[in-house]
Amino acid sequence: MTSAQNAKAILSVENVAMHFGGLIAISDMNFHVNEGELVSLIGPNGAGKTTAFNIITGFQRPTKGRVSFRGTSLAGLKPHQVTSLGLVRTFQRTNLFDKISVFDNVLIGLHRKTSARLLGTLLSLPRERKAEAELRDQAWEILRLVGIEHQAKERASGLPYGDQRLLGVALALAAQPSALLLDEPVSGMNATETGRFIELIDKLRSRGTTILLVEHDMPMVMRISDRIVVLNYGRIIANGTPKEIQNDPEVIQAYLGQGVKHA
Amino acid sequence: MSRIFPLLVLAFFLSVPLWLTDQYYLHTLVVCGIFMLAAMSLNLLLGYTGQLSLGHVAFFGIGAYVSALTSLGFNVSIFGYQITHEPWPPVIGVVLGGAAAGLCGYLIGKLAFRVRGAYFVIVTVSFAEVTRLIALNWIELTNGPLALPGIPPLTLGFEPIGYATLWSKGANYYVVLTFIVITYIIIKRLIDSPYGRAMIALRENEILATSVGISVTRYLVLAAVFAGTIAGVSGTLYAHYIQIIDPMIFMFLNTVTMVIMVITGGKGTLAGPVVGGLIFGVAPVILRNYVGPEVQWILYGALMILIVFVLPEGIVPAIERWFSRATAKSAELAMEPGKGARS
Repeated sequence: MTSAQNAKAILSVENVAMHFGGLIAISDMNFHVNEGELVSLIGPNGAGKTTAFNIITGFQRPTKGRVSFRGTSLAGLKPHQVTSLGLVRTFQRTNLFDKISVFDNVLIGLHRKTSARLLGTLLSLPRERKAEAELRDQAWEILRLVGIEHQAKERASGLPYGDQRLLGVALALAAQPSALLLDEPVSGMNATETGRFIELIDKLRSRGTTILLVEHDMPMVMRISDRIVVLNYGRIIANGTPKEIQNDPEVIQAYLGQGVKHA
Repeated sequence: MSRIFPLLVLAFFLSVPLWLTDQYYLHTLVVCGIFMLAAMSLNLLLGYTGQLSLGHVAFFGIGAYVSALTSLGFNVSIFGYQITHEPWPPVIGVVLGGAAAGLCGYLIGKLAFRVRGAYFVIVTVSFAEVTRLIALNWIELTNGPLALPGIPPLTLGFEPIGYATLWSKGANYYVVLTFIVITYIIIKRLIDSPYGRAMIALRENEILATSVGISVTRYLVLAAVFAGTIAGVSGTLYAHYIQIIDPMIFMFLNTVTMVIMVITGGKGTLAGPVVGGLIFGVAPVILRNYVGPEVQWILYGALMILIVFVLPEGIVPAIERWFSRATAKSAELAMEPGKGARS
């Protein structure tokens, strides 16, 4: 890795290992994501992708190694502190505030954006009322960006599946990410929903958001990624452009098994 | 409608002492209001952050004892030092009582929210039991089981205007009503703000809440401080109204009463503890006119079980749902037939 590449890296994962007792989920992981880049993390089930996500966002502590974001080490930070640095994740399974309206979900997501102070809130001062109105405007903006503004008043759990996933992204966007980590965002979506999701990702990228994506939908990964990192058995086996990855013998073997050699 | 309705309710309660001449009923309403206040504070924890505080009476009792001792004065020796406190006005007692209970809320919050769910319940129950044992055994300070009698009633006023001591039930009624209205507004503003939303987010989905940047301890502790302070203030009002307190104030039944008020009324709703408080504060007294004491408590229990079975979410959410369905139906009728259905 050249130093020029390092200078642009917004997120870097260095020598990270994760052991659960005797099980090695990640043996030694090194990769980085540059500013504005879309990097996909792929690999067969159990390769350690979600573990990697959990480590990066502070939900799990690595056995060794370090993760840094914009030059700040994330070691020992709690999830909400990682979020406040601008590194925000979504979850693999739909994870929403189910019983609350879509709009209020996004308002909660905007937590980091609020400037309301406690005393001002209790006294309902003009400053706090203005902050609240601005927050509501931003919530509408995010709902429109994601394309579910017409369902703002629905309960989150009442949305169709694809829209629930979009709301999950809206929640993450509300937390003002400079880098967004998406954990299998289109799994279980139909083709139309996936199409809408890819449009959304294009929109986000045009706004300069850096994205790290974990996904099994290969056509989508190949189409939208700048770079792909392939994990297998907790180890990075390839790191390159979609074209390089498609032709990498080790990747083909990991995905299709030994049989390929004999075919 | 939703703006006018609370004002109508307020107007009704403002008028009560004008036509309710029976002092016993008025007394019932004052005590009911004091417990309603405590229930509203419990609702902040139980309803909005989803943490069941089964030692809530501790905050109530601490408020009552601190305020009583502030206004009565005391003389104790701690580690050989003699500490003497001259009596202060009851109003200062109310402030100190609320502050002391709020501080306890902070400490309990900091400690207990490391462990949540069932463990939090155990910590709060233990806390209440410890405070009860202190009140019972620190006889030099609290008089122990012999109670603290002669607590002065609240005195309001300023130097140039003169003072008024609240001896009458009517005056105390208005004081309690004022505190309820203020508390209602405080909780409403809190809940409609990012602070309250953070609390609700933690109740609904803690992992997701942290992932959007909400600090778990910060907001749970904040809720505990508010809940502790409000419960403490309600305790001070109790002490100055009843004018005698003993360690029985810490009994578990008082916590249960608050929990019943919150759950039957509707936890996590602003009006829930008010409605639940009215029903379970006033019901025993009204029943007394019609049936004997044994049947009274059986009916009380049956009413409680009935509400929990028929309306598990509580009375207020049920009414809200019924009301929104009724308005939706009338709106649908107003539209062209066939266009009412959603796509």
